[in-house]
Amino acid sequence: MNGAQDLGGQMGFGPINPEAHEPLFHGEWERRALAITLAAGAMGHWSIDESRHARESLHPVDYLSSSYYEIWTKALERLLERHGFVSAAERSEGVPLTPSTTPRRVLAADSVRAVLARGGPTSRDKTGAPRFRVGDTVRTIVISPAGHTRLPRYARGKTGVIELLHGAHVFPDSNAHGQGEQPDWLYTVAFGARELWGREADANSVVSIDAWEGYLEPA
Amino acid sequence: MPGDHHLHHDHDDHSHLTPIEARVKALESILVAKGLVDPAALDVIIDTYETRIGPRNGARVVAKAWADPAYAARLRTDATAAIAELDYSGRQGEHMVAVFNDAATHHLVVCTLCSCYPWAVLGLPPVWYKSAPYRSRAVLDPRGVLAEFGVILPAAVKLRVWDSTAETRYLVIPQRPPRTEGWDEERLADLVTRDSMIGTGLALNPSGIPA
Repeated sequence: MNGAQDLGGQMGFGPINPEAHEPLFHGEWERRALAITLAAGAMGHWSIDESRHARESLHPVDYLSSSYYEIWTKALERLLERHGFVSAAERSEGVPLTPSTTPRRVLAADSVRAVLARGGPTSRDKTGAPRFRVGDTVRTIVISPAGHTRLPRYARGKTGVIELLHGAHVFPDSNAHGQGEQPDWLYTVAFGARELWGREADANSVVSIDAWEGYLEPA
Repeated sequence: MPGDHHLHHDHDDHSHLTPIEARVKALESILVAKGLVDPAALDVIIDTYETRIGPRNGARVVAKAWADPAYAARLRTDATAAIAELDYSGRQGEHMVAVFNDAATHHLVVCTLCSCYPWAVLGLPPVWYKSAPYRSRAVLDPRGVLAEFGVILPAAVKLRVWDSTAETRYLVIPQRPPRTEGWDEERLADLVTRDSMIGTGLALNPSGIPA
């Protein structure tokens, strides 16, 4: 979706201002927000793609004025409500009021380290051969889907070169919406900065995205 | 005052919390009360990222790559496997690619669409990495972004920006500082800053200054 999350190339946000000696968490609530987001995700009822889509679906004003853990928390509320775990009424009362969906699993303390160390690989077996090879020139498609996509606006309709092939990976555009993993070949595609930003861009800068085969056409 | 004290005894009184603190607390209470999350698991998650998974992991990978050419070669070919040799793996590091800075090319990593970051080797990302100023400009004006971090590179050095739009996670291997011949890996790792592995910094030279 052409939401507030798609920030590449936007202007006006001011300096980056990295914080000197930044703490890992700015307050206890950030610790808890991280932990409940990961533990709730480990129930196995939504994918990372659905999570990302829940975050980018916040109203742009809300998205841009929230810290990242606030974005996570607001998206987690939506995911828990959508999947029948915590209702809006429960959130406002702060106590359970109704029975919830039975979770597929509950992350136990003694399995946390193993679960984190395993992660969630997205590579999948796929028969057939990839359409493109390293060195091929390709053009990205122009799309404006209402749903989730990982093709940023600044890299749509642009000509670049295949630099890496990563094998087949889960396709977020379908997986975010419960339409299956539909694994597709994943490439790194590199674009000259002038192709992306115009003739005043730095001639000696190259920007790449990781793009699924469905985002690409021969050029 | 003793007379006011009872006002704060009620555990359901969240009026002293900021709105977001109250939201997180409410969510956690309900999840725990419903048996959907195990409070002990929450503590282990937090402890993992506070004490076990952080940029020291990545620094050891870089130091080993500097000290051991065979390891550097494995890191170039299959970074996920080479990093797993040091026992670093998993969440937000399942599919790793290492990109090597040299005299001709400087690499910079960003996630313009969210906050993708190689947790397994760098831990949790800093606030600026997840924020709009960096995400918007790293792809549009990488030289300007580097200058804000105090990194000024000659115009002849190619800037190579990696936008992490899939589950591939990029680790920048900074250039080894001069005058570190013969240093062991632990000592070398002290020169590897977090920012040097994102590309917004350089490794420190032996006197602790960006090389």
